[in-house]
Amino acid sequence: MRRQSPFVAISLAIVRGFVRDKASVFFALIFPLMFLVLFGGILGDQGQSKVDLIQVGDVSVIDDLPDDARAAFDDSFEVTESDDLDAAIAEVRKGDADVAVEMQGDTLVAHYTQTDQVKAGITQGTLRAFVDGANVALLEQEAGTGAPVSFRADRVEDDSLSTIQFITPGLLGWAVAMSAAFGAAATLQGWRQSKLLRRLQLAPVSTRTVVGARVTVAIGIALVQMAVFVLLGTLAFGLTLTGSWWMAIPLLVIGTLCFMSLGLLAGAITTTTEGAVNAANFMVLPMAFLSGSFFPLDDAPGWLRAVSDVLPLKHLNEGMLNVLVRGEGPASALVPMAILAGFAIVVTLVAARLFKWETA
Amino acid sequence: MAAIEVVDLAKTYGDLKAVDGVSLEVAEGEFVGILGPNGAGKTTTLEMIEGLRRPDGGSVTVLGEPVWPRNAGLLPRMGVQLQASSFFERLTAREQIHTFASMYGVPASAADDWLERVGLAGAGASTDKAETRVEDLSGGQAQRLSIACALVHDPEVVFLDEPTASLDPQARRNLWDLLSGLNDSGRTVVLTTHYMDEAEVLCDRVAIMDAGRVLQVDTPAALVRGLDAPARITVAPGQLDADAARAIAGVDDVTASVDGVVLTTRRPGPVLAHLAENDVLDGVRVQTGTLEDVFLELTGREYRA
Repeated sequence: MRRQSPFVAISLAIVRGFVRDKASVFFALIFPLMFLVLFGGILGDQGQSKVDLIQVGDVSVIDDLPDDARAAFDDSFEVTESDDLDAAIAEVRKGDADVAVEMQGDTLVAHYTQTDQVKAGITQGTLRAFVDGANVALLEQEAGTGAPVSFRADRVEDDSLSTIQFITPGLLGWAVAMSAAFGAAATLQGWRQSKLLRRLQLAPVSTRTVVGARVTVAIGIALVQMAVFVLLGTLAFGLTLTGSWWMAIPLLVIGTLCFMSLGLLAGAITTTTEGAVNAANFMVLPMAFLSGSFFPLDDAPGWLRAVSDVLPLKHLNEGMLNVLVRGEGPASALVPMAILAGFAIVVTLVAARLFKWETA
Repeated sequence: MAAIEVVDLAKTYGDLKAVDGVSLEVAEGEFVGILGPNGAGKTTTLEMIEGLRRPDGGSVTVLGEPVWPRNAGLLPRMGVQLQASSFFERLTAREQIHTFASMYGVPASAADDWLERVGLAGAGASTDKAETRVEDLSGGQAQRLSIACALVHDPEVVFLDEPTASLDPQARRNLWDLLSGLNDSGRTVVLTTHYMDEAEVLCDRVAIMDAGRVLQVDTPAALVRGLDAPARITVAPGQLDADAARAIAGVDDVTASVDGVVLTTRRPGPVLAHLAENDVLDGVRVQTGTLEDVFLELTGREYRA
């Protein structure tokens, strides 16, 4: 039989301990996925609703529709009228409306966003059909009574994201933070109480090997979480990853280290395993709400956003959003990574100072 | 060469002198017990000898090398079992000992051999527990696994911290069979216990500890002999009355109780001969001094385990 290296043996022991602990697996994977299904399923199911259309000024194609055509048009579009083009486009940008239409000379211009690709497709296709219909009707009348209308679609640069695009990176960040913090806290407390830490100290393996094995397993769990989230999001809820999504991998690695350090802190300041897990929960759950894991902070008051800036999860979420769905370049993850690394170092040092070998 | 040399070891926690000038020498191949009540400083002493704790004073060498600071060269030559069952969570007994084997660079086959030797696997085992998770092992089985994990790399010196604590008497006696053979192949064993009978059965020499000090170190027999304690002979009720007992030559004191008549003597031989002549030996019990008496003599107080 081949001899295993101490590193492999300890890693394997930790992995077995993790997958056999149903509660750990539940909170690392199933629980966050329940939220993904909940948000992705309930809030993402808006394809069938009417398209919110803002009509800016007079739009002859719509205004002059015959009654039967107008009824068909109203089936597809919820029309609001407005005189302010900028305000209308702003509403589209925020996601409050799906499309704003105006006439620029003889051209019908539709300002829309790509946030919801299904709606964007419906909007463009339907509007084009109505414009074509109006032009055909025009040709059937005597020539010269009206100029044919052309159609142009203008994409509005949006900063809102559809539900699944927004919620996947945030929930993934929360899931990784949670399992890294819980795992580190429970391991530290459990091993201290069973004196396994002491036992390992008397085995001819270095601290580096033991810590390395524990960190490696935690990172492995984080990457499995990412794979499951992205696969389920893509296959079931139409998640579309953007170009530099792979930068999420180093980001999650640093994020795991950061939240493991918080878990170590929770383990160091408590005396029981339950206490350690509760302390980790106390740190991570409120942080998840304040860091935009469950809902965007765009509309949150300024002070709340200021608070969220000092929370590491906010920066993990920001970085994840940047590279996973916002289509920003790889460099957009670097600042969040630096902040998370800073957190990890400071918190680990604090935890090391507070650490005691004995629980009594 | 002594396997273990402890000189004037001291450890203080706040105002408490947990270990207060302990010296002890253990020869190679010797089985030595540290006996004392809870809180006597046994575990602190043992953990300083293992190199887990930094002594406030004194020195420890094991196999001729200092144990503090952490001596990586010495660790593979030492086997340790700590007071709690120090296991990786949710592994089976076999996975557990394989993990320890890997840490010590020992092949898995050696681990399997030890699992059999401690009776947790193989044909000789009453129940095969190799594939049972450590959380589901009984107290005795967990201790056996813990001892096997301490021995998997065939160490020269073994430290066992209260290996039979919290076991029922039956499991305790079963474990003695395993422990008593540990030093057969020249291995040095140091064990702490708060059971008098355990120290008496297992140990070549016993160090009696109380309040952080070693009061006396010797073989169990020599400790009892040195006590010069009288023997107590109990004759079954209704066979001998107290006055007749007092008349027997060599009897120092007589007390009557529901158990019978108790004769206290420093010359049990002639007294027993006399009882035999009078045919009252049925159900007779003879008690000589025990380690418990030694403890009482040394500390002036009852032993509280």
